[in-house]
Amino acid sequence: MTTARRLLAATVFAALALPVAAQDLTVVSYGGAYGAAQRKHMIEPFIAKTGKNVLFEDYSGGIAEMKAQVEAGNILWDVVDIEAIDLERACAEGLLESIPRDILPAGADGTAALEDFYADGLANECGVGVIFWSTIFAYNRDVFTAGGPQTIADLWDVAKFPGKRGFQRRPQVNLEWALIADGVPMDQVYEVLATPEGQDRAFASLDKIRGDIVWFDSWSQAPVLLNDGGASVVQSANGRIFAVVMDEKRPFEMIFDGQIFDIDVWAILKGSKNIDLAHEFIAFATGTEPLAGMQDVAYGPTRRSSNALIAPEVVPYLPSSHIDKGLRADGIFWADYGEALGERFNQWLLQ
Amino acid sequence: MTVTPAASTGPLPRKAAPLAADLALTAGERRHARREVLRHRLTALLLVAPLLVFLAFAFIAPIGTMLFRSVHNPGVMQLIPQTLDAMSGWDDAGLPPAEARTAFAVELRALFGERRSGRLGEEINRVMPGASSTIQSTGRRLNGMPAAEVEADGADLLPTINATWGEPRIWRAMHEAGRTFTDRNFLTALDLERTPDGSIQPRASARIYIDLYVKTLRMALVITLLTVALGYPLAFFLAHQRASRANMLMIFVLLPFWTSLLVRTTAWITLLQTNGVVNSTLLRLGVIDRPLTLLYTEFATVLAMTHILLPFMVLPLYAVMRGIDPSYMRAAMSMGARPVRAWWSVYLPASLPGLSAGAMLVFIISVGYYITPALVGGTDGQMISNLIAFHMTESNNWGLAAALGTLLLALILAIYFLFDRLVGASNIKLG
Repeated sequence: MTTARRLLAATVFAALALPVAAQDLTVVSYGGAYGAAQRKHMIEPFIAKTGKNVLFEDYSGGIAEMKAQVEAGNILWDVVDIEAIDLERACAEGLLESIPRDILPAGADGTAALEDFYADGLANECGVGVIFWSTIFAYNRDVFTAGGPQTIADLWDVAKFPGKRGFQRRPQVNLEWALIADGVPMDQVYEVLATPEGQDRAFASLDKIRGDIVWFDSWSQAPVLLNDGGASVVQSANGRIFAVVMDEKRPFEMIFDGQIFDIDVWAILKGSKNIDLAHEFIAFATGTEPLAGMQDVAYGPTRRSSNALIAPEVVPYLPSSHIDKGLRADGIFWADYGEALGERFNQWLLQ
Repeated sequence: MTVTPAASTGPLPRKAAPLAADLALTAGERRHARREVLRHRLTALLLVAPLLVFLAFAFIAPIGTMLFRSVHNPGVMQLIPQTLDAMSGWDDAGLPPAEARTAFAVELRALFGERRSGRLGEEINRVMPGASSTIQSTGRRLNGMPAAEVEADGADLLPTINATWGEPRIWRAMHEAGRTFTDRNFLTALDLERTPDGSIQPRASARIYIDLYVKTLRMALVITLLTVALGYPLAFFLAHQRASRANMLMIFVLLPFWTSLLVRTTAWITLLQTNGVVNSTLLRLGVIDRPLTLLYTEFATVLAMTHILLPFMVLPLYAVMRGIDPSYMRAAMSMGARPVRAWWSVYLPASLPGLSAGAMLVFIISVGYYITPALVGGTDGQMISNLIAFHMTESNNWGLAAALGTLLLALILAIYFLFDRLVGASNIKLG
């Protein structure tokens, strides 16, 4: 009898515990220094304010994991930080919920949300902008004592600047850089990359430095590779290098030439069971103050009202201060070509 | 392995014929005997029932669905049913009928609106690389047009949006992708493709999978030979120690065996990385003047896997060698054989069952190995299972992953069959 009662109690307990667990909001982002800044300025204040539990997890980007969850009908994530370069495609493939704009609060100075956000921050119905950031490259001054590569063309010049290059294992950014290194003007990169000849040209350009590339998966690996000598130059999100230079005084030099700037947004996975809580979180996390907190890792805010809170010494490190040196990542191009170029890129890796 | 049905069902059926002839038994006695046999069988079945149920759910069903998925592909049929229906009479020559093209324009427009055109692009892209960008950009344009216009002359609109729609090949690809049952995944897995006229030829783009199968088998063979080279002398040494000392030394073989696989693999990362233990020691000794690239190579995969799989070689060898009577070797040598000759003609054949078992275990485990190559192999040291995992979790091409997995399974069965023919499966001894 006692056993039966115990079993019953356990069943009731499990039945009660399940809905409670389902109410935890799962927020997924990129970890590392950026994740730490988000935890400090967005996650923890939100928990303190609402008393709701938030699980904050890492992923290494891309849409594959979201796709697997949505297609298998097994939704584990609620809110995801996603690069705009992948956002258009994820939204077009039905992996994300659209986010109503009326949940967004006015800025701290009273400006209505729709005016306060930069247009790019709300350009896609599935996302609300979090940061302006860019993909840059950085080298270790201890390795290149006489000065390191300064342009994308230098980055491709393995004779002049020998050493491993750490690149993220995906076609995005790498193919753009391959064309820039091959002499395509920045404003024509996506036009050229949309043609079969342009794609051949980009892969031929990548072929030239193939043996000198070390591939990594997650942005948080970039500063690690540069630090432990696994690579002499790495491709990185600008904030990752900024954080190790500022906090650990590492001799790393950031180069903004050829930067591909982009925004990150908060998005909600299609079929999330916590849509209301996810809206509440996104509304909170994209407020004036939490957005300004991203300056810890030198990422620019997506609201105009946050600019007043940015420390003057961070400004030179913001991607927006070097806007003329780079190009804007084209999310629509990658929505249309991501599948085809992704497959070709993987075949190229295996050859 | 060679149990005859008669032996397994008890003594009665074997005697059934003589019994039937022998009229000494009454009908009732025979019935009783039959019932007794049935009861025995039922008990036996009940005893193994939990295992059978477990196997059916955990082994046979998943593998069966996997095999089925490699040929069953209903995705496109569900996305554009009307287009495929209108195409059913089309013989793949020239462009499909205008009504099929218009139906496609209407369906694509609707799919883009429902945000499902990406799925269609992905499916067709597998037949015709590059098609997904055409489909996505066309969907985007169609979505901006009024529905009535698309319904009225969708067939003529398509080529104005993208010239590819004026070519038969994308329609052929769509037709091909729309087949519910297909051999396409197996052809791709074997680096083949079907030409428009239906014949099969090697794939025009790079040869990937065959090379990777060959590489996987080569790496597994190298790992097996390395474990034999390291494990055989070690097992021989252990088998000829006093029992107490052998047991103590055995702990050193088993200790890594009990340690988590991930921990051992990560330890290799620490040892092999650019500024890791191996490189910094060699640099300090002055053997090299710049760090070697050790991690993220095929070398790292082979090294780490040899270490990890060594116990699978040592344990069966040790068990078999313990059972070899030392007096055989002494007898051979007393009759004039030199130690090497005595080992070759007496000891080696006696230890062969252990060697076969170890080699078989190590080879089959390493052919399907996944985690170690994924962690230390970089792009060079990847094996076929890493690509299967890639298609399962990243490219979401489950059909191709299933076909690759099925081929791997067939390959392992073929190797086992070959081994059985050459060495004899009964020669495998685990101790």
